[in-house]
Amino acid sequence: MFEVMKFEWAGRSGLIAFRSSQSFVCCLISALTKAGTTKTCQPIKIIMFALVANQKVVRDWPCFGVVLGGSFLPRGGYTVLLFKMQFMLLFSRQGKLRLQKWYVPLSDKEKKKITRELVQTVLARKPKMCSFLEWRDLKIVYKRYASLYFCCAIEDQDNELITLEIIHRYVELLDKYFGSVCELDIIFNFEKAYFILDEFLLGGEAQETSKKNVLKAIEQADLLQENIDFQMRLFAAPS
Amino acid sequence: MSDVVEKTLTALPSLLSLDSHPGSAKLSSTSKLGNLIRGITELTSKHEEEKLIQHELLAIKEQVSSPNTTMMKELMVRSIYCEMLGYEASFSYIHAIKLAQQGTVLEKRVGYLAVSLFLNESHELLLLLVNTVLKDLQSTNLIEVCMALTVVSQMFPKDMIPAILPLVEEKLNHPKEIIRRKAVLALYKFYLIAPNQVQHIHNKFRKALCDKDPGVMTASLHIYLQMIQENPDAYKDLTPSFVTILKQVVGGKLPMDFNYHTVPAPWLQIQLLRILALLGKNDQSTSEVMYEVLDESLRRAEMNHNITYAILYECVKCIYTIHPKSDLLEKAAKCIGNFVLSPKINLKYLGLKALTYVVQQDPKLALQHQMTIIECLDHPDLIIKRETLELLFRITNAQNVTVIVEKMLEFLCISEDDHTTIDLVGKVAELAEKYPLKYNEWFIETMNTVFSLGGDMMQPDIPNSFLKLLSEGFDSVEEDRKLKLFAVNSYVPLLRGEPGKLPQRFLQVISWVLGEYSHLREDLEPAEVLSLLAKLLDMKNSSSETKSWVLMAMTKLCKGGTDASVTQEVSETYSSSLDTVLRQRAHELQYLSQDPELRARVLPRGSCGNFAFVSEALAAGAAPYKPPHQRQEELDQSKALSLEPYGLSLPISMSSCSITDRQSPTLLSMSSGLSGDTLKLDGVKRVWGREGYLAQREPVEEAAQVEVPSPIQSPGRQGEGDSLHSQTPTQTPTPEPEQEKQQLASSLFVGLASQSSVSLMGKSEPTPQRFRRKAKGQGPGSSFNASEQISSSLISPPSAVDNLLCNNLLDSNNASELAEQTSQLSQRLTTANGTCHTEAELTEPDTKGCNPALRRDNCVVAADPGPHDDPGRLTEVCLDSYLPAELSGLSHSEIAPLCANQSLNLSACHVQKEDSLILVVFIINSSESAIQQMLPAGEMTSHSVAVGQYSLTVKRPAVHVEVVGTVSYQLPAGTSQSLQFSYKVPLTSFIRPFVVSTEEYGTMWLSFSHDTKQNLTLINDNQEPLTATLNALKKKLQLHVVEVIGMEGIVACRLLQDLPCLMHCRVNAGWLAVWLRSPVPDLPDCLIYHCQRALQSL
Repeated sequence: MFEVMKFEWAGRSGLIAFRSSQSFVCCLISALTKAGTTKTCQPIKIIMFALVANQKVVRDWPCFGVVLGGSFLPRGGYTVLLFKMQFMLLFSRQGKLRLQKWYVPLSDKEKKKITRELVQTVLARKPKMCSFLEWRDLKIVYKRYASLYFCCAIEDQDNELITLEIIHRYVELLDKYFGSVCELDIIFNFEKAYFILDEFLLGGEAQETSKKNVLKAIEQADLLQENIDFQMRLFAAPS
Repeated sequence: MSDVVEKTLTALPSLLSLDSHPGSAKLSSTSKLGNLIRGITELTSKHEEEKLIQHELLAIKEQVSSPNTTMMKELMVRSIYCEMLGYEASFSYIHAIKLAQQGTVLEKRVGYLAVSLFLNESHELLLLLVNTVLKDLQSTNLIEVCMALTVVSQMFPKDMIPAILPLVEEKLNHPKEIIRRKAVLALYKFYLIAPNQVQHIHNKFRKALCDKDPGVMTASLHIYLQMIQENPDAYKDLTPSFVTILKQVVGGKLPMDFNYHTVPAPWLQIQLLRILALLGKNDQSTSEVMYEVLDESLRRAEMNHNITYAILYECVKCIYTIHPKSDLLEKAAKCIGNFVLSPKINLKYLGLKALTYVVQQDPKLALQHQMTIIECLDHPDLIIKRETLELLFRITNAQNVTVIVEKMLEFLCISEDDHTTIDLVGKVAELAEKYPLKYNEWFIETMNTVFSLGGDMMQPDIPNSFLKLLSEGFDSVEEDRKLKLFAVNSYVPLLRGEPGKLPQRFLQVISWVLGEYSHLREDLEPAEVLSLLAKLLDMKNSSSETKSWVLMAMTKLCKGGTDASVTQEVSETYSSSLDTVLRQRAHELQYLSQDPELRARVLPRGSCGNFAFVSEALAAGAAPYKPPHQRQEELDQSKALSLEPYGLSLPISMSSCSITDRQSPTLLSMSSGLSGDTLKLDGVKRVWGREGYLAQREPVEEAAQVEVPSPIQSPGRQGEGDSLHSQTPTQTPTPEPEQEKQQLASSLFVGLASQSSVSLMGKSEPTPQRFRRKAKGQGPGSSFNASEQISSSLISPPSAVDNLLCNNLLDSNNASELAEQTSQLSQRLTTANGTCHTEAELTEPDTKGCNPALRRDNCVVAADPGPHDDPGRLTEVCLDSYLPAELSGLSHSEIAPLCANQSLNLSACHVQKEDSLILVVFIINSSESAIQQMLPAGEMTSHSVAVGQYSLTVKRPAVHVEVVGTVSYQLPAGTSQSLQFSYKVPLTSFIRPFVVSTEEYGTMWLSFSHDTKQNLTLINDNQEPLTATLNALKKKLQLHVVEVIGMEGIVACRLLQDLPCLMHCRVNAGWLAVWLRSPVPDLPDCLIYHCQRALQSL
C-alpha cells in the first residue's frame, strides 16, 4: 500500500512513502536529513501531504518535483477530506447535461470524460436497482426525478444515505422556488438553479440546511434584481 | 448603512407585489438563450449542433467585446450554457471577471457565478478577482458581501489570502447571521488550502461554535471536524460542548425550520456524530461522556425514513469506533440488523457497509446475518454483490478461504470495471498467498485465474511475490517439488494453446517458471519448452519486457546440442534489436548456450533462492534489504498511518537499523494494499515463513477442534439471535435451493465461531480491578486505619524524538511520572492479638462477599511476639519468621524497610503466588509504650510486630507499581498520628508464564490490538543465540516459551490471571527483533522495558 522510495531534494535526502488509496494520495516523508552531514538516518520530521483525486502523477518518481511544487497541499497532520462531495451532475434521460458543479479541481478534458462515462453508467441502471454505485474509487449516489437524474460523487467513507437526502432537499428547494419544478424550469433558468445550489451547498459541504433560510437568501437577491429591472423599465427612454 | 439596505429589502415584497412567484417568473422563452436552447433541441445530429454552437459562440464573442455591455448578463449565461454542452468558451472567462468587477449588482451575481463555473482554484485569471472581492467585502450592500463570500468559499488563490483575511475575520462579528455563516465557511476554505494562515483565529472558531444562530454553529462544525481529524487530542475539552449540542438537537430544541421530514437537523446530527467518533476513539474517559447521548440518538431515531437511517448508520459507526460499551454495542448490532433485513435495497447496501465495518471488531456479528449475506451474494445488483464480497473478505479464515475466493473469482469474471478488477485481483492474491492451505493445486490454479483475469492492470507486486513464494518453496523437499511441478504442468498446456490471449504479466511469470523449473518434469524435453518460448517471441503483441523475460528463460534452458538451432536463430534475430536490453539478453543467450561450463557457473540450477552474497554483504556491514510489504507495515501498522511515537528507549546506536529489523510474525500483508482498512484475519495460521512453507501440524485435528459453527439461523429469528451459542441448527427438511444456501453458509462462516470467543476476550472491557477490600474480621481484633493509594507509574509515551535520544531518559521520565493515581480506597488493616485467631481468618476470608469480581481480599495477621525484647534491632532474618505460615514456603523479595518514626517501624516485602502478588507489611512497635488503636479494643504492646498482607492486582500496567499507604494510630497520650509509606513493585512481579499452544497463540495474536516493537541485544556467546536469550528472559521474567522455529520464537506471559501478552522474537542481523502484543494498552511497552533491562543486566 505504501511505496517507499529514497529522494534527494533541496540538499536533503530521506524516504518518501506514497500511499494511494481511495481518491487521495498521501505521501509521508520521514527521515529528512541534510545530505552528507549525518551519518545515521534519524527521523527528524514527518510531513504529510494529501492530494485529492490525482493518483497517477505520484507513482512516477521523476514527477516528485512537480508533485511537490504543484498540486500537493502540505498539511500539519493526516488530512483527508473524507466527507466532501466531489461533484454534482444533473442530466436528462436523453443524457443531456443540465447542470454541473465541480468541487474538486479537474481539467476540462477529465470533466468531460467523467461526465460521459457516468451518464452512460447511470442511464443503464434499472429502476429498482440500488441508488449507489461504485465508480472508479468514488461512490456515486444518484436519484431520478421525473425525466431528470441527479447524481453526486462522494468519498467511499461518506454516508450514502445522507447524500441521497441532500439531493432530495435540493429538489425540494427547486420545487418550492419554481413552484412544482419541471425539467424546463431548470433548462431555461439554469443560472437560478446554480444560485440555489450555491446557497445550499458550498464547496461540497452542506452550508445551510434550513429550507426557509436558503429560499430567503435567494429571494432577497432576486428581489433586488427585479427592483432594478423594474426601475430600468420605468426609466428607460421610450424608443 | 447596512440597516438601511436591510430595511429596503424587507420592504421590497410589499412594494413589488408584481410577482408572487419570483422563481417561475419568466421562462425566458423569448430570450436569446431560449432561442438557443430551442434551436438545439430541434437539431437532429451532433454535427449540426456543433455548427450551431460555434456560430453562437462567434456571435457572443463579437458582442462581449463591444463597449455596449447592456447584454453582458445574457451573454454570460449563454456562454455558461455552451460550456456545459462541452464547447470551449474560454474567451469569455476574462469577461466574467470583468462583469463581476464592474457590473451592477445583478450583473455581478451572474459574473461571480460564471467565474465559479469557469475557473478552478489554480487558474491564473483568478488573481484578477482579488480586487473585486476586496471591494465587495467592504460594500455596504449585504448582497454584494454575500456574493463575495460565496465565491471566496469556493475558490481563492492561496497566496492572496492575507489580503482579504482581516475583512473576512471582521465579518465573523457581523449582525446578520447569513454573513457570519458565510464568513465561517470562507475561513474553512482558507483552513483547507492554507492552514497556517488561520491559526491565529482558532479562538474565533470557538465563538462561532457558540453562535446563537444554529446555521453559523453548523458551519463551524466543518472546521472542527477537519481540525479534530488532524489532531483529536487538542480538542478533547470540547467534547462536553459537542455532546450538549447533540443532546439539544436530538431533543428538538432547534427551530422547526431546521427539521427535515420531522427529524431535527439531520446534517448537524451527522456532523456531530462524526466529530464524537473522532474524539472518542481510543479514549475511554472521553467516550464515557458521550454514551448517554449516543443511546438517546439511537432511541430517538425510530421513524422509518431514509434520513433516520442515515443518522443511525453514523451512530452505529460512532459506537463501534469509540471505546466500547457493551449495551450500546448490543443496541447498535440490533440496529444493523434492521438495515440488513430491510427490503429496501439502499438500506440493505448501507447495512452491508456497516457490517463490513463492525465485523472487523466482532466477526460474530456476521454469523447473525449469514442467510442475508448469502442472499446478497446472489443479488442481481452488482454493487450489493461487491459490498458483500468486501464483507466476506474481512471474515476470511483458513477454513472458508476457498469458498470466498471462488466467489470473488466468479465476480471478477462478470465485472467490467477496471477499478473493481484491480482491487479484487489484489485481494484474491492476498488471500491466496496468505492461506495456501495444503492444496498446492488450489494455490496455483487460483493464481492462474488471477493472472489471466487481472491482466496487466494488477499491482506489479502480485507476480513478484508469487514468484518469490514459489522459489522459496517449502520445508519439505517433496512438497516443494510438487508445487513447482504443478505450476509447470499447468503452464505448458497454456502455452500450447493460445498464448496470444494471455496478459503480458502472466507470460512473464510463465516464462520464468518454465526457465527455472521445467526440468522437474521428466517427460518434457527442454527443446520443446524452448520452442514454446520462442513462439512467444514471435507474437506481435509481446512487449519488449516480456521478450526479455523469455530470453532470460531460454538462457537458463539451453544446453547446446539439439536445441542449438532454436537458440541460435533467436539470438541472431535479437542481437541486432534496437532495444538495448533485448540485445544484451540475446548476446548472453548466445554466449552461454555455446559454453555449458560457463552457463553452469553463472546460472546454477535451483540457485534462485540462494543469495550467499547477501549474507556476505550483511556480514560486511551492509544495511539489510527491506521488502516493500515490510516497509509498508512499519509505516502502516494500524489502520491508518501510525502517528504514535516510537517504542521505548531505543538505544541511539540502533536507531538506524531498528526500522529495518521489524518484521511481522505472520508476514501478514503482502502489500497489494488495496484493502483499505486493515484486514481482520483471525485464525490465520502462519504457513509461509522465511524458510518457506511451515509444515502444518495436524491440520485435521485442528479443524476438529474448531467449534462447528451452528450453520443456519432461520431468517425470522435473526433479529433476536444475538448469541451464537444459543442458535440451534435447523435441521428441518428444507427445499433444495434453501439447502444449497445453507451449505454455502456453513462453508462461508466456518471458523468464525471459535474466533468470536477469542475476539471477545481481546476486546472485553477490562473488568474493573481495583484494590477494593472490605473491612473484615470484626472480631476481637483492633484495627489500624490505613488508607491505601495505589499509584501506578505509567510511562506515557513521550515524543518520538525524545525516545530515540537515550536510554536514561526513560528512567527520569519514569520517576517524574510516577504519581498517577489510579484508585484510591481506604481500607483497614485488622490486627488480632492471637496468631491462632489469625490463622482462622486467613482461610479464604471474604471471598463470599458481595462482589465476586473482586480479587482476593486481604487479610491481616497480627503477631504478638512475646519473646522479642528488642524490636529496634530486628533483623530481616527475624522478620522472616513473621511471614505468615502459608507464605513462608514461597520465595519472597528482600524485606525492605519502608519508613519509621519514634514509635513505629514499617518494613515490607512481596511474595509471588501463582495467581496473585501478596504484599506483606510488617509494623513494628519500636516504642516503649503500647499503642492505642482507634478502636478501643485494639492495642499493640510494646515491641510487638503486626503483619498485614494484601493481595495486589494491577489495573493499568506500568513499569513499576507503587503502593502508597497510611497507618493511623493513637498513642497512649491520646494524640492521633499517622505514618505514610510507599512501596515500589516492579511489573515483573506480576508477570506469570502463560501456557498456550501455538495455534491458540496465533488466534490470540491477531485479536490483540496494542503492540510495540523493539530490537534487543542478543546473547551471542552461545551456539544458539535465540534459545539462550529466550531462556534468559524466561528465567528473569517468568515467561513461557511457546515454540522456537528456526530463527524465530514465540513467547507468552500474562499479567496475573487474565491479561495476556504475546511476544514474537526473531533474530535479525545480530539483534533480537521483538514484537509484543496485548489487549492491554501499556502492557507491551512496560514489558519491553523490563526485557531490555533484563538483557542488559546479563
